Amino acid sequence: MNQQLDEQNRLKHFLTVEGLSRTLLTEVLDTAERFSPVGERAVKNVPLLRGKTVVNLFFEPSTRTRTTFELAAKRLSADIINLNIAASATSKGESLTDTLRTLEAMQCDMFVVRHQNSGAAAFIANQVAPHISVINAGDGRYQHPTQAMLDMFTIRRVKRHFDGLVVAIVGDITHSRVARSEIQALSTLGVAEVRVVGPKTLIPNRIEALGAQVFTDIETGIAGADVVIMLRLQQERMNSPLLPSAQEYFQSYGLTEQRLKLADKDAIVMHPGPINRGIEIDSAVADGPQSVILHQVVHGIAVRMAVMSLVIGVHAAGTN
Amino acid sequence: MHLCLAGARVIDPANGTDKCTNVYIKGTRVVRVGCAPKGFIPDQTIDLKGQILTPGFIELGAHLREPGFEYKATIASESKAAASSGFTSVCCTPDTMPVIDNASVVEHIKQRAHNARAARVLFLGALTHGLQGDVLAEMRALKDSGCVAVTNADYAIRDTAVLRHALAYAASCGLTVFLHPIDYWLNRDGRMHEGAVSTRLGIPGIPEAEEIIAVNRDLTLVEETGVRAHFCRLSSARAISLIKRARRAGLPVTADVALSNLLFIDQDVGSFDPNYHLRPPLREGRDRTHLRTAIKKRDIDAICGNHEPHDADAKATPFSLSAPGVTSFDTFVPALLSLVEQGAFDLNTAIAAVSQAPNDILGLDGGALTCDSPADICVFDPSQKWTVSKESLSSAGKNTPFLNQTMSGRVTLTVIAGRIVHNTND
Amino acid sequence: MKIDVIELLDNMSVELQNNINAAARENTVFVGVHTGGVWIARHLHNRLANPSPVGELNIAFYRDDFSRIGLHPTVEPSKLPFDVNNRHLILVDDILYTGRTVRAAMNEIFDYGRPSSITLVVLVERGGRELPIKADIVGTRLNLAASEHVKLFGPDHLRLELCEAKT
Repeated sequence: MNQQLDEQNRLKHFLTVEGLSRTLLTEVLDTAERFSPVGERAVKNVPLLRGKTVVNLFFEPSTRTRTTFELAAKRLSADIINLNIAASATSKGESLTDTLRTLEAMQCDMFVVRHQNSGAAAFIANQVAPHISVINAGDGRYQHPTQAMLDMFTIRRVKRHFDGLVVAIVGDITHSRVARSEIQALSTLGVAEVRVVGPKTLIPNRIEALGAQVFTDIETGIAGADVVIMLRLQQERMNSPLLPSAQEYFQSYGLTEQRLKLADKDAIVMHPGPINRGIEIDSAVADGPQSVILHQVVHGIAVRMAVMSLVIGVHAAGTN
Repeated sequence: MHLCLAGARVIDPANGTDKCTNVYIKGTRVVRVGCAPKGFIPDQTIDLKGQILTPGFIELGAHLREPGFEYKATIASESKAAASSGFTSVCCTPDTMPVIDNASVVEHIKQRAHNARAARVLFLGALTHGLQGDVLAEMRALKDSGCVAVTNADYAIRDTAVLRHALAYAASCGLTVFLHPIDYWLNRDGRMHEGAVSTRLGIPGIPEAEEIIAVNRDLTLVEETGVRAHFCRLSSARAISLIKRARRAGLPVTADVALSNLLFIDQDVGSFDPNYHLRPPLREGRDRTHLRTAIKKRDIDAICGNHEPHDADAKATPFSLSAPGVTSFDTFVPALLSLVEQGAFDLNTAIAAVSQAPNDILGLDGGALTCDSPADICVFDPSQKWTVSKESLSSAGKNTPFLNQTMSGRVTLTVIAGRIVHNTND
Repeated sequence: MKIDVIELLDNMSVELQNNINAAARENTVFVGVHTGGVWIARHLHNRLANPSPVGELNIAFYRDDFSRIGLHPTVEPSKLPFDVNNRHLILVDDILYTGRTVRAAMNEIFDYGRPSSITLVVLVERGGRELPIKADIVGTRLNLAASEHVKLFGPDHLRLELCEAKT
């Protein structure tokens, strides 16, 4: 995705994990390390983005992701505007372009975009004026790159390195932008094996081409895994032609304490949230000693601060 | 008017001609290919040395957008674009608004086409009323007003019983049915071919199974009802095998493929380029290879431009929200020539697929330069380079993946019924 | 150029101890600016047998050139493993040039808390100040042209080297 890199291969937008080198992904993680201590200080912000305006452009509603980005922007001393454009049937392409023009006129520096269609973030990045950076906060089923990076950050913090790791992603892979971003990030960062686990109806055609092994049985799927990432099962998938019921899903694919024993004894359990207790994961596991779910939330702020600084920095440097 | 078209390389597959020679036209008819007829004095001679002269192209399914979608294009703009791209006859699809399911809409379009004085417009009438797939259209009335065939365009008929009756009725009217093999349910949510690319991009996919199921269903009903059927815009290797098998078993079906499916594959969608959002979807490399071989071996008869001009907004959105289709007239000749250049098939086969074959499918009396056939002629300069731009495209639609590219090959002369409709030769 | 860095450090530590005693500052703590300042701070910290940990400042987020050159690519994060409030800080850097680094360092310190005092110690003070910043303890003063630069190499075998700036 050269669209997000400038001539010197630096990130000027953050749209997708695809096409980014191991070096670049590592730079994002290292930069996030530098932002991590800021949250523990008395004064929880640094003046880096002071005077910059960040717009949260959310076409799809989300409280947690939006709040994390808002917090990250504030910790960078940026001004933040929240625009929640209702995902109504009338939100067509025309209003999208018009909305962008209006925002550009208000001297904004960055758009954080969440949209229900795959490729929307790239589309917006193509449309905006050259001085504006775009960060993808999730577009359709395509990518959720900051989520992937905060998960990689969490894994690196606990496991120290990526070599030799076996990572299992369990759940609705077909509809998951998190899964796609993570499979690619994990492969680029050099893990030993990426597995996707779920019923055949929720595993997309030819996912092996992205570098993942397919398992339709959770017991074999998480056997020996070092990291187990549970994905949220959305309401509309239960009782649909894709799945008979939430109960059957939990019976077949729910992560219980019993099943977790099949993974490596030091395995960590992750979940991008929000959690559906009793549907994809047992409360005992979600709150248990192997769960790093709450850490993920905290790391999300540092990672987003890192991504926003890197990307605005490149725009700043580029215009001089 | 006596016209002499001199010195071009004349390719006329129907008559096995491929040589540099002259073509003589008197009134609306071709009178001779070869030496001048005795006593023939031309009112005009056009020197076409270095160029290629063929029977005029016939398009099997173009969206002329009028009535109802004039903001995208009009009969005037598109029939002129067709003519300047070498098409002497264009079949207009019935998915207008209102739909071509009654004679008055036919009359309206006829009038517009007549006023445009460009490519001949032929009518594909609707198979069902409003294309809704519930009630039959008045096919006899449509036939009487001049429709060359009936079709439900790419509006899938979900009710198999309705489809069966529609085909039976069309058969009893003596009409050819143009079938678009689409399974409504497997097609509905998809925006591109289901495969490794759609999985990577997170775009809902249309599995190959969709076309296979629909072709199987349609072939069964075609056989049972005895209707003359033409399969439109096949996209998968498996579908071609089914058609081949049916023909070998004696079923006289014909088929065409869209030029885009011979040129591009799903990977070309790249990073969500809406210029490659098409129906039928672009399938995989293996399918493209089979489609090209099928043209070469005449297992598929014709190549269709599948011309779909759009307004700028239709493509200026994220991929899944964009409208499918490309404007194909202007770039048709250079794109076709590029396929010949790549060795997909030879030039003769290509020309036959866009002139003789569509002519035969429609049961017309042209598609060839035989003595006394209509003087529908296309002349192009294969080496003329030009850059595709909003200005150089004559179609009202600028939605082409070739935008800003330099292409090789351009139509310089189009003659329709003996009248020069387009001429850029001095 | 032949400058004995160890000899400078010896002199500086004596001067610093005198300075601390004269002002009767108790419980001082060293804070070095990455990277050279941290090396110098550690050396002085050892010589003065200071019991507190040495703080490290990254200052990347406080620089005034973000709008011109983007995020500065340093790796180590800032670490101040003590409460800054009401402490006497000894802020250490290797080279004092324009004064902007020290300005950024002080801004960062104040986002951690309110120190009782800051004493600025530098190994080299060269000409070219652009802000009203002055060092309290200086190892050596060099008068350099704008095109000349001095750099500290280390952490083992600390040495100073002079070079011409790239145009």
